[in-house]
Amino acid sequence: MAATEIEALILAAFPDATVELVALADDDDHWQARVVSERFRGMSRVAQQRAVYAALGDRMGGVLHALQLTTAVPT
Amino acid sequence: MTDDPVHSRISDIVNSNDIVLFMKGTPLFPQCGFSNLATRILEHLGVDYESVDVLQDQAIRQGIKSFSDWPTIPQLYVKGEFVGGSDIMREMYEAGELQQLLADQGLIAAA
Repeated sequence: MAATEIEALILAAFPDATVELVALADDDDHWQARVVSERFRGMSRVAQQRAVYAALGDRMGGVLHALQLTTAVPT
Repeated sequence: MTDDPVHSRISDIVNSNDIVLFMKGTPLFPQCGFSNLATRILEHLGVDYESVDVLQDQAIRQGIKSFSDWPTIPQLYVKGEFVGGSDIMREMYEAGELQQLLADQGLIAAA
């Protein structure tokens, strides 16, 4: 799954977010993502990551094999 | 959700073991880098934990995702509560929060 697609799906759900994607392998399939959004404020880490997974829908574990994910609020 | 037989099995597992890691492979032979990271964190903390190899049980492999509302493996449970996947385990470990959680539950000595 291309980085631009992943970023677009996340930004559709979190318009204010900054999304940094780093390829973990040269296969468009293993990504490291860091998502920073004001909307995460007050949410637990589990809730933050659930929200990102929800934005990615059923692609997670399917066309998007591996996503190393960290989330944070802006500092 | 308790009328789902797979969810009932998972519920029994997480409620009858203090620490449970649902993973791909075994602690000796993890079959995925994320699962490997999760086992290394738990081993570094020196805790006893139950592991469930989801590759050996397709029903649990699918069922754990809806049970936890979490789409990926590994998944860590402590005292029946979902803690997170490997990224959250790593973040909590680096912040000392995982050690604190386990200490609060009486599973490791307080730091």
